[in-house]
Amino acid sequence: MTSTTDPAGHSPAEAPDYPMPRAEGCPFDPPPALRDLQEQARVTRVKLWDGSTPWLVTRHADQRAVLTDPRVSANMTHPTYPRQAAGPGGTLSFIGMDDPEHARLRRMVGPVFMVKRVEEMRPMVQRIVDEAIDDLLAGPNPADLVEAFALPVPSLVICKLLDVPYGDHDFFQANSKTMINRNSTPDERMAASGRLAEYLGRLVAEKLEKPGDDLLSRLGEKIKAGELTIRQATEMAVLLLIAGHETTANMIALSTALLLRNPDQLALLRDSDDPKLAHSAVEEMLRYLNITHGGRRRVALEDMEVAGCPVKAGEGLVLPNDIANRDPEVFTEPDRLDITRSARHHVAFGFGVHQCLGQPLARLELEIVYRSLYRRVPNLALATDFEKVPFKHDGFVYGVYELPVTW
Amino acid sequence: MKVFVDEDKCCGAGSCVLSALEVFDQRDEDGVVVLLDAEPAEHLHAAVHEAVQVCPAAAITVA
Repeated sequence: MTSTTDPAGHSPAEAPDYPMPRAEGCPFDPPPALRDLQEQARVTRVKLWDGSTPWLVTRHADQRAVLTDPRVSANMTHPTYPRQAAGPGGTLSFIGMDDPEHARLRRMVGPVFMVKRVEEMRPMVQRIVDEAIDDLLAGPNPADLVEAFALPVPSLVICKLLDVPYGDHDFFQANSKTMINRNSTPDERMAASGRLAEYLGRLVAEKLEKPGDDLLSRLGEKIKAGELTIRQATEMAVLLLIAGHETTANMIALSTALLLRNPDQLALLRDSDDPKLAHSAVEEMLRYLNITHGGRRRVALEDMEVAGCPVKAGEGLVLPNDIANRDPEVFTEPDRLDITRSARHHVAFGFGVHQCLGQPLARLELEIVYRSLYRRVPNLALATDFEKVPFKHDGFVYGVYELPVTW
Repeated sequence: MKVFVDEDKCCGAGSCVLSALEVFDQRDEDGVVVLLDAEPAEHLHAAVHEAVQVCPAAAITVA
């Protein structure tokens, strides 16, 4: 360890802890201490839970440069990879691998998430959203929007895609909740991941026997062709199941909470027939609310420079997308929610070859929700004090634990 | 404007298709970029520039 200070003037010993707490009463905004760092320097040292002091990259342009640099690795089993929590350093399939193996595995499932294939799913997703709204309206009032709407919609969609029985949703939602909670112990996380792997491994094996027209059967074909092991297929299935419902569910609930706090923007969205507005609203929500608030993580494989700062081989890099998406060098008045702005170049889905595979599906689901929910439930309102809404400060995925609403 | 794509770099995120449907598509087998129009008309230039900007893998270039 060296005693030299970073560009913000911190020695490694003085590096601020990361992640940082959000300001009281501002649950939609990045932590103030993180904003201060962004103002102070393009690259700073931070201290993680295990005492390691990786580099934190604060600017949008620099984060994009790092995430497209072949000298950095996404390998989660690398000994100095800046991990979010203690526990088994599993790879969780291709998101924790580098090319060429990453590209080989990712391309096996790529066609399912192609823009045109996802667009073919529009009627199915619209039906799921419509029925979820019917159920919400027919159920008790007030209701928890997370339980009654935000979680069922993406869970049903990913279940259809993978052909996983939706009847098992209590099981896989509970286990994925344990896996993505920072407060779970390593043992709890490992046990939950083991249960999900066992469950999906069994479904993959069934698909090998009786293939259908779904993603697990597609993975079965790759196993038969000798391109994939059952273990790899299972890891991929776990990744897709978790990523497919947790992220979008949190975006739906969190963006609804945000819109209820910004009634002018909500009215704009609700009263417009312009499909372009729904599209720009999706991008602005993704920019403004960064549910992957632990940042992207990488490790340098060679000595390199990041924004003029020397980074040594083996050092970790943390790239918080929340602060990049509020970078005033890139977005005018970044803290203003404006669903009419063009925010497509946000990094909510990451950047580089690991950019979210499921983004066309996430965009489709959010767009249909935004065009349907507020129109059909125009008097939607919070059923509790905003201060009492429980935000997921302790989750790997940010959101709300529940959102009591009435109409 | 002349558009070039590098299939080896492409990660199949589909951002280019969302930007300029007339210029880009994705290959059925693996979702990798397909260039539909290497010399797009002027009214598509802004959309192509957006596709270059949002491509996460820097697989699209223009000259």
